[in-house]
Amino acid sequence: MNTVMKLAARNLLRYRRRTALTSTLIVIGVVAVLTFIAVSGSFKNMMIGTITDSMLGHVQVHRRSYVASIDSLPLNLNMSPAMVKKVEEALHAAPGVAAVSERVKFGAMFSNFAETTSIRVNGIDPAREAATTPLLPARVRDVPHGAPILERGEILVPVLLARGMRVKAGDEVVLIATNKDGSVNGRTFKVRSELESVTGPGGRDGYIHIEDARELLRMTQPEVSELTIRLTNLDDVERAAERLAASLAAFTNKAGVPALEVHSWQRLSPFANIAKMIDMLTVFIRAILVAIVLVSVMNVMVMAVYERIREIGTLAAIGTRPTRILAMFVSEGLLLGTLGSAAGILLTLGVTAVINTAGLTFDFGQQQGIPLVAQLTVPTLATVGAMVVAIALLASLQPAWKASRMDPITALRHV
Amino acid sequence: MSVVEARDLVKSYRAGDVTVNAIRGVTFAIEPASFVCFVGPSGSGKSTLLNMIGCLDRPTAGKLEVLGTDVARLDRRAAADFRGRNIGFIFQDFNLVPVLTAYENVEYPLVMVQKRPSAERAKRVRALLEAVGMADQADKRPDQLSGGQKQRVAIARALVASSTLVLADEPTANLDRDTALRIIALMKAMRSEFGTTFLFSTHDPKIMQEAEVILTLEDGRLTKDDMRRAA
Repeated sequence: MNTVMKLAARNLLRYRRRTALTSTLIVIGVVAVLTFIAVSGSFKNMMIGTITDSMLGHVQVHRRSYVASIDSLPLNLNMSPAMVKKVEEALHAAPGVAAVSERVKFGAMFSNFAETTSIRVNGIDPAREAATTPLLPARVRDVPHGAPILERGEILVPVLLARGMRVKAGDEVVLIATNKDGSVNGRTFKVRSELESVTGPGGRDGYIHIEDARELLRMTQPEVSELTIRLTNLDDVERAAERLAASLAAFTNKAGVPALEVHSWQRLSPFANIAKMIDMLTVFIRAILVAIVLVSVMNVMVMAVYERIREIGTLAAIGTRPTRILAMFVSEGLLLGTLGSAAGILLTLGVTAVINTAGLTFDFGQQQGIPLVAQLTVPTLATVGAMVVAIALLASLQPAWKASRMDPITALRHV
Repeated sequence: MSVVEARDLVKSYRAGDVTVNAIRGVTFAIEPASFVCFVGPSGSGKSTLLNMIGCLDRPTAGKLEVLGTDVARLDRRAAADFRGRNIGFIFQDFNLVPVLTAYENVEYPLVMVQKRPSAERAKRVRALLEAVGMADQADKRPDQLSGGQKQRVAIARALVASSTLVLADEPTANLDRDTALRIIALMKAMRSEFGTTFLFSTHDPKIMQEAEVILTLEDGRLTKDDMRRAA
């Protein structure tokens, strides 16, 4: 095997310019693909992290049909305390659930005593909410780290609304809301802080304490609009949602159909489609890399076989088995792929280091100055590297097979 | 036992719509350690005959035994193994592997064909390079050697695997007269040293004079079987 590899290496060096050109093509392909995966992957993961950890949570549970009419935030589709208690018991018993928080969601009028506008409000338990959406405290401006983000009687106002209504921390505002019976109620709140906007549904909602929400809505019992769940492992979210749905299937309405719906963040956020598009683009980019490696290696190996027909005839004549001749040419392709792949990976590590130290930023939706981070995992490097080597191997198989099947006499006569 | 025994050997092939009868019923036998030359004009069938003896081609009819083996029955892989074990080749254009040194070219059949142990290989290769007078050029690649030197390396390569039979198709065609005579003399010396049978073809009358047996082919038929003993 050493001799086969030695021959392969020397034959590659024999045609230095061609080998360099093919290797460069492979290296460029590998760098382009890995850099795209590094940047798009980290952007995707960062956005998913922001959406789930600062707002949506990983999974949400609602009464049936609530999500279908979520734009109107229907109060008549809240879960009753008895139902919430049973559901929370089931959730705490379910594997993979790290935290659960209750929310009361409603639409209200927001007044600064001079102007009035509409606002979507989440009533939350600050401690439980921080456990399910741990990035929420980071969105709250001017609140020291570790301090409660919200007290009773306070409101977190979305930054764009605060600016539009010219309110700041410490100002008094009024929330006016209609409860599910149509009764209107109002209450003053002290602005705790402005709340940074994030991209996606609920990214521009205000927050008050859940007990204040229930009082404002004159709830006779502690109802809940949605239960937000944080899982121990985000990668497993779809299957976890299915498992939770199965465990909650026992809760049925009068018609005998499940009374509850379980939605993963993908079902709730349009960014899931962008994430899918990024994944598809990654597949396409990988396909382009496959084409580059396939065409360039096959081309160089076809040329190598064509130029060495007499040499192949000689080797066959002196007793080299066809399988050995096949191995010689396959080894050349393998070596070319391995070298290109290794050099490409090393260069990509350099490129990602440059990107990460350059401190580049970009804007996305309401979020500005998002740092451009390039992240690569060992499995990604290994997968792309192995793919290049495998394609190079595949590309060299046909020319190598042709070489191994050559008739020695015809090959020796070749001019 | 004869090294090569051919009886009513026929080889014909299609060239477009035409059937070419390259060998037309040839019968001969070659004894061990012979130094045999096939002569004849271009197209007389010399190369075809050498190709069949070298298991590179199969006869259309007749019987051909090489070292007691009916070579017409060997499949592709068995033929390769048979050549690797028993037959050495010397080519008109030397046909050394350009990326290997003289040493590695000679070593090639022992590594890639016979898979001999490293120590045995080194001993055998050095002995052969010494025998053909190329020990001091062992580290040079073919493009650093003259035509005569390349053919010496090719002879060493043909003999290194302890081949019983060496086939040489016009081995001196690309060499000047003096070098050609030295190569023939070397082949003869190797025959004497290792007891190997040499079969070669040539056009050159001065080279054919060096042969001990001359088989003359004309139009695919053996016209003359000239036995002589070298002085």
